[in-house]
Amino acid sequence: MTKLETLQLKLTATRVRMGVIEATHGAGCGHPGGSLSAADVLTYLYFREMRIDPEQPQDPNRDRFVLSKGHCAPALYAALAERGFFPVADLPTLRHSNSYLQGHPNMNTVPGVDMSTGSLGQGVSAACGMALGAKQQGSDINVYTLLGDGEIDEGQCWEAFMFANHYKLDNLCIMIDVNGLQIDGATRDVMNSEPLDRKMDAFGFNTIVCNGNSFAELEQAFKMFDLSHGSGKPTCFLLRTIKGQGVSYMQNAVEWHGKAPNDEEYEKAMEELRAAHESLEKEIELNNG
Amino acid sequence: MAEMKKIATRVSYGNTLVELARQGADNLVVFDADLAAATKTEIFRKEYPDRHFDCGIAEQNMIGVAAGMSTMGYVPFVSSFAMFAAGRAFEQIRNTIGYPHLNVKIAATHAGLSVGEDGASHQCCEDIALMRTIPGMVILSPADDVEARAAVIAAYNYNGPVYLRFSRLPSPVFHDPETYEFQIGKGEKLTDGYDIAVISTGLMTSEALRAAVLAKRQGISVRVINMPTIKPLDEEIILTAARECRRIITVEEHNVLGGLGEAVCGVLSEKLPCYVRRLGVQDQFGHSGPANEVLRDYGLSAEAIAAAVREIVRPDHNTDDSANQ
Repeated sequence: MTKLETLQLKLTATRVRMGVIEATHGAGCGHPGGSLSAADVLTYLYFREMRIDPEQPQDPNRDRFVLSKGHCAPALYAALAERGFFPVADLPTLRHSNSYLQGHPNMNTVPGVDMSTGSLGQGVSAACGMALGAKQQGSDINVYTLLGDGEIDEGQCWEAFMFANHYKLDNLCIMIDVNGLQIDGATRDVMNSEPLDRKMDAFGFNTIVCNGNSFAELEQAFKMFDLSHGSGKPTCFLLRTIKGQGVSYMQNAVEWHGKAPNDEEYEKAMEELRAAHESLEKEIELNNG
Repeated sequence: MAEMKKIATRVSYGNTLVELARQGADNLVVFDADLAAATKTEIFRKEYPDRHFDCGIAEQNMIGVAAGMSTMGYVPFVSSFAMFAAGRAFEQIRNTIGYPHLNVKIAATHAGLSVGEDGASHQCCEDIALMRTIPGMVILSPADDVEARAAVIAAYNYNGPVYLRFSRLPSPVFHDPETYEFQIGKGEKLTDGYDIAVISTGLMTSEALRAAVLAKRQGISVRVINMPTIKPLDEEIILTAARECRRIITVEEHNVLGGLGEAVCGVLSEKLPCYVRRLGVQDQFGHSGPANEVLRDYGLSAEAIAAAVREIVRPDHNTDDSANQ
């Protein structure tokens, strides 16, 4: 990845973050914290990694993505809108009673959403089913799913992990957004799941620990996933991220798990993101010249 | 009544999966949760091992996997005991199959008290109630081998979520495979009668038929209506029965709360109020014992149905007619 490409991804991720703020502010509720920690990996997926076509959201040969941590719908919607699946201008209608942008992803109303999710622990199983279906068809479709580190408290996740390994789903990339916080506090205090790397190794995964807010590290991780095809091992990314990444007052603040910015907070967040956007544009211009 | 051939509907299920695959249902896949020998999906596994996936004892994941597989163009049948399918994995069925309205068939065997010896922990009398409350869920509860086979084929051909309720206990085969026609959402009038209607489902339909014979000896004509589809419910056949028979008994191997009886009452209370007696499990847990004994203990037998018929049609004649039978 060239420096220019990295800068362009950063620019897109900044716009995805603006979308998260627009959507949650428009809704007056929702989940900005985990949406912001996941904005970079979603940007990488939709702008660099996945084989998708916004003009053909139902193409049977597309790669699939399941947002198992469905409450981070604002980030998924923002990435999809930015990628051209539907208008960015619709984002603030999130959670409104006449909007197709449901509070949690709905595959039947939102173009580009491959599975309805929201109840934690369930999306990862559906992703396993998609990966198994792709294997059964002999197709080269990849399936990606993003979980929260709080989400893996759900026993069903571990059922799915065993299944992925048992059926040798090396076309499946399970990504855990390890931002260290869940609703009631730090994950280590609420329900400690560490050492996650050793657990995933023991469950038979090709386990990759990386900074989930670094495009250089994400690129390496996705390369490792590509290399694992044919190994018979599913891949697991442990994405070390910062909850609220990109908005100063939301970073590492547990209260921003599930509340929307008010007008004043919205202005402050957008100001920061616009400044970041502007400086990235300048940097891109310099690198172009 | 002459001795009829008996087959458990779970066996009909396993056999029909193979039949469908043989007839070219290439997109049919089967999931089980370490119960293939009991749910009879092993019949399918034997012939199509590469289309049968054991999920281990993990029903919640199995439901999600099937949902994902359905989005890839497959028609998954997932199997477990009713207790662990509808019960343990209720929320998975609700959110990952029901809400997105995915084309997954949930084939639950060992429903009701007739599980027998395993006892209350395995005797699921709540599954109809649970499945009825999921919008868009079709519920099929076949009464014998012929109907079960037809129900599996209909479920396969229907695009959307279906819950199929099968039994462990072999039951008499009373339908004629040559003439029987099954349609989702249609009830079936098995006997003509005008004194009272008995509406039953699953294993209870053959008991209702025997009850009608017992009642006939006492000059009471019973209309037996078999209800293989619990949802969507055949309202027309219920309203006609209410108009023509004026009194109704419902019989089900299920808690009377939330089951067929309440579904029938729901229709009648709004459209044509009439007397309904709900026979079933009276909000109790089951217990261990041979299936037929347990059913008898809970009043789910032809004799108990006939007694209820007599009590309702001839309230003034409280004589014990058993000596005449």
